[in-house]
Amino acid sequence: MRPLREVFADTLIRLADSNSNVLVLDGDLANSTKADKFSDAHPDQFLEMGIAEQNMVGVAVGLASLDFIPWLSSFAVFFTHRAVDSIRMLVAQTRANVKIGAAYSGLLTGRTGKTHQDIQDLAIMRAMPGMTVLAPGDEFECESMIGWATQYQGPVYLRLTREAGPILFASDYQFTPGRTYQLRQGKDLLMISTGPQTARCVEAADRLRASNISAGVLHVPSIKPVSIQEIVASCEPVPLVFTVEEHTVLGGLGGLVSEILAEHLPKRVVRFGIEDCWGESAPDDYLLDYFGLTAERVSERIAAYLDTAPVSRAEVVRKILGEIRQ
Amino acid sequence: MSLVTTPEQGNDSDSPGRSKDYGELEQLARRGRWLVVSAVANSGAGHIGGPLSAMELLIALYFRVMNVRPHEPDWPERDRFILSKGHSAIGLYAVLALRGYLPLDELKTFDKERSRLQGHPDVTKLPGLETSTGSLGQGLSVGLGFALGARLRGRKFHTFVMIGDGELQEGMIWEALHIAPRYKLGNLTAILDCNGLQQFGWPLKQGERHRGDRQDPWGETDLKGIFERLGWRVLEADGHDYAQIIPTLEEAQGSGESARPTMIIARTIKGKGTRLTEGKFAWHAKIPNREELASVAVDLGVAERVA
Repeated sequence: MRPLREVFADTLIRLADSNSNVLVLDGDLANSTKADKFSDAHPDQFLEMGIAEQNMVGVAVGLASLDFIPWLSSFAVFFTHRAVDSIRMLVAQTRANVKIGAAYSGLLTGRTGKTHQDIQDLAIMRAMPGMTVLAPGDEFECESMIGWATQYQGPVYLRLTREAGPILFASDYQFTPGRTYQLRQGKDLLMISTGPQTARCVEAADRLRASNISAGVLHVPSIKPVSIQEIVASCEPVPLVFTVEEHTVLGGLGGLVSEILAEHLPKRVVRFGIEDCWGESAPDDYLLDYFGLTAERVSERIAAYLDTAPVSRAEVVRKILGEIRQ
Repeated sequence: MSLVTTPEQGNDSDSPGRSKDYGELEQLARRGRWLVVSAVANSGAGHIGGPLSAMELLIALYFRVMNVRPHEPDWPERDRFILSKGHSAIGLYAVLALRGYLPLDELKTFDKERSRLQGHPDVTKLPGLETSTGSLGQGLSVGLGFALGARLRGRKFHTFVMIGDGELQEGMIWEALHIAPRYKLGNLTAILDCNGLQQFGWPLKQGERHRGDRQDPWGETDLKGIFERLGWRVLEADGHDYAQIIPTLEEAQGSGESARPTMIIARTIKGKGTRLTEGKFAWHAKIPNREELASVAVDLGVAERVA
């Protein structure tokens, strides 16, 4: 198991061995994001851009116009928040061939807290016309996505994470944009997840099975584009859908699934993620537990929901009215 | 090494000559200004003050300085120009039309439905543009990328980026100002259209005098000294005087192999060329009525076109 930041550097080193157009631009974080490994291997294809992310994005657009393939490296939050207007206008609107390697996404950022935790990036980036938004679930998917994105002509946002996670796929995995992956079958409910959270959902499904709850897991690594048909087909057989993401419950994967089902297959969707609040600087285990995203907590929350879940429409209305009165 | 444009070096054959007599260019500037004001009046939207302050600079670039092929806008060896102050789009469109990139008649479509001439430049719509601009502060970074890419590729073209002095308040420009000298990009030139006004800005204090009717965005700030200390070579010119503009732009363009990027501080007047608009912040983006248009036509010597 390699952390995705290591996969990022190792894969780009390999690609750059045979492709002199591949460049890495760093926002003064190379020794955190592991872009420093690339800098050691290919010093002539590494460009230090300093603590100036907006400018870095603009420079990449200029480089891309000369047929370079610029991969940007910084923390996700500094792209999707600090430099969002540069990405929006210079990259997405012009369809520039720029690849955004967004390290340290989500909650697990090495005890840096709310400033460095990007829990809104999927919501922001998927609302941007022309942008491809990818969130790899393991190292093999990450490697394949980087290879795919380097060949693809157009802007790509790649959501990387700091830590290592369990392996989901075989080493010969080939990424296909839009595809989803049913990793567990289940008849009682379906968990839909993305990025390394998927592995925690797979473990949660195994825990639920011990309680005689049959839970499926659908992995959605390609937030945009995404196959509506595949999501609808996966949701069709189950009465209840949970979205689980290391991201705010607003507008990310939960938003995506809710939008699709609302139009194509109206069905209850329960969104697990970070509620509308800020993170904090704390150990990873604590954060995942606090926000209910460990395998244990996901399985507990689902079991608890099933215990109390209203079964009829009338009960739903009563429950909602009861909550409002409280 | 000279990268100065000559017809023999690849410009289209209709490229104007290189005489020191700027009468022809001055006539072009009057036509360009009229095209700007009349297009804005026609569409009922757009900007006037900024395009008029930049007019001579744009004409000098496209008619005398830059190595370009209007009928082959994607020619790989062309010099690059980015209008970072994208709200002055109609000024650029007028000059591109005069230079043959697009039909003069198309200016009537400016800012209208399905037009290639968007209110702010859109690279996906109009050939001849290098990137989309209009969100202020972004163009210099893209120009930095062109210049850096040219260096890495061993290409000889020059990159010019025009920024506004109001726009210079945007922090992203200062990121680019810091980074460009680190890569020793002599093939990059920023042109500061220093017209002394912004859209609203700050009112003049009692007894205070500036070039325009509001405070100069930078007042007494020593911009030349600041740019120099950041590592830029700084040249200065009267931005309405071709005798200063053209040699200055050519000097910058001929420095592609040098270690320092060039900043040209071009002192201009916002709304230059008509008594109605000169030095008046309100004409940043105002639509002239029929009488105002007639007065502009008189000032620009094109009254017969309006009659």
